[in-house]
Amino acid sequence: MSALLEVRGLSKSFRGLRALIDASFEVPRGAIAALIGPNGAGKTTCFNTIAGVHPADSGSVSFDGRPIDGLLPHQVCAAGIGRTFQIVKPFAGLTVLDNVVVGALLRTRNVSAAKRHAGEIVEKLGLGSRRNLPAASLTLPDRKRLEVARALATQPRLLLLDEVMAGITPTECDLMIGVFRELNRSDGLTILLIEHVMRAVMALAQQVVVLNHGEIIARGTPAEVVRNRAVLECYLGEEAEV
Amino acid sequence: MNRRAAILLAALGVALAALPGFANAYVLSVATLILFLAYTGQAWNVMMGFAGQLSLGHSLYVGVGAYAAAGLFFHFGIGPWAGVWLAIALCAAFGAAIGFLAFRFGISGVYFALLTIAFAEFTRIGFDHLDWTGGPGGLFIKVAQRDQIDLANFRGPPAMYYYAMLALAAGAFALCAVLLRSRAGYYWQAIRENEEAAQALGINTFRWKMAAVLLSSAMTAVSGVFFAFYYNNLFPEQIFNISRSIEIILGPIIGGVGTLFGPILGAAVLTILADLITELLAALGWEIPGIKQVFYGIVLLVVIMFLPHGIWPALARKLGVGK
Repeated sequence: MSALLEVRGLSKSFRGLRALIDASFEVPRGAIAALIGPNGAGKTTCFNTIAGVHPADSGSVSFDGRPIDGLLPHQVCAAGIGRTFQIVKPFAGLTVLDNVVVGALLRTRNVSAAKRHAGEIVEKLGLGSRRNLPAASLTLPDRKRLEVARALATQPRLLLLDEVMAGITPTECDLMIGVFRELNRSDGLTILLIEHVMRAVMALAQQVVVLNHGEIIARGTPAEVVRNRAVLECYLGEEAEV
Repeated sequence: MNRRAAILLAALGVALAALPGFANAYVLSVATLILFLAYTGQAWNVMMGFAGQLSLGHSLYVGVGAYAAAGLFFHFGIGPWAGVWLAIALCAAFGAAIGFLAFRFGISGVYFALLTIAFAEFTRIGFDHLDWTGGPGGLFIKVAQRDQIDLANFRGPPAMYYYAMLALAAGAFALCAVLLRSRAGYYWQAIRENEEAAQALGINTFRWKMAAVLLSSAMTAVSGVFFAFYYNNLFPEQIFNISRSIEIILGPIIGGVGTLFGPILGAAVLTILADLITELLAALGWEIPGIKQVFYGIVLLVVIMFLPHGIWPALARKLGVGK
């Protein structure tokens, strides 16, 4: 089967700072892939470029064999790519459920159908008991979950997760890992995640792409990557234990 | 909406419908003004309260709407039932121009508000130089015969204007209640809360913001038509004045931005209190020019300090009704 997401020679500069340099990788259909690397390596830039937040300087992105570069964020989402934000962006004044309903309304105009769908997702992510609270009252781990719930409600075929494990306890992390595995296995959801929490990367990803200073320096299975000389030097450190 | 809210709303509706039966001319004129501000505030609330786009130039739509209908009536004898469509079309065109300029070129927040003021101001100056509408000297419609109702030309006794405004305010309330629970309401609120996240969830924010501006300007156009046929005289200096824009938005802000009932409550509280104070001072023999504006300022200050979400959310909790 062909790759669901194909990134070819993607480059992006911000006023001379080369955030992403000629990056090429692909995510096969049904896979879970991880994008790792030190802070400032260009991971979020890569996500934003895929998601249409800013246009690439050069290179191309195709999704399901169709070019998607040049599309605006809402068009990328409609094409079937859901995303979360590293710095969470809840609709603070709306309830948890209504946050998710907004996402669900992409695939249906019927508000009560969207509410039902959103209710199921809220339960799945373990936010059921807080569904009628304003999103502003959530703790950070719950806000991260809300980001995921909202993105899932748009019924994506590819989910881009930007550090959803950061700042949560190992127990909560394992819970999220379980949720993603389940989504991947039962719904065939393809996932590309940016993550610093190696515990999650090792548990979830079948393949890992390592970025440093905007360039891909390594790729492979998690086991291969953690033994890679260059990766150890720039990111994981000599004593890496995972 | 729960049962309690439905009962309260029905009681309010009955009281308002019965009001002309026992109110004197003064009370009726105050009530008409309240409904006018409630309706116009509701229209403004669609843009700011729902979609988060701050307009400080809504006098533009009142003025253009008023002049469009009054001009047709004055020059060609065309009644407001036809004129209101021209008013709506012109105001929607102005709204589209402002919205397109702002949203296409990424002007938002305070800068968007400044753009709305700019449009209201240069339209005011434009009308000062437009002879067709009488320029700065004003446009006057023949005052209504108070004892006979001429619905076709919207001329008649004060009670007719009161009921017209009541119907508009009730209609706008119902429309907003439906919209807020529809996909449009969810999308507007999402844009208001976080535009970037809204885009990431597949919302074409440009299109939905435009929709809010178009609806708001079209609704406000109708206020303008009412204004023209109720007050019978129009001056650019007055109708496009920024103080009118401020007066429009004070109601929703004090009542509760983004709530359905806030614009109505805010308009009532402000108008009644301001009138009471003016009357009281007049009775004491103190005529202080601008006292109303000072009073508005104080009320605004107090509300923002103690009830930053407006009076209605707090009152709704006390009454045990939803937003």
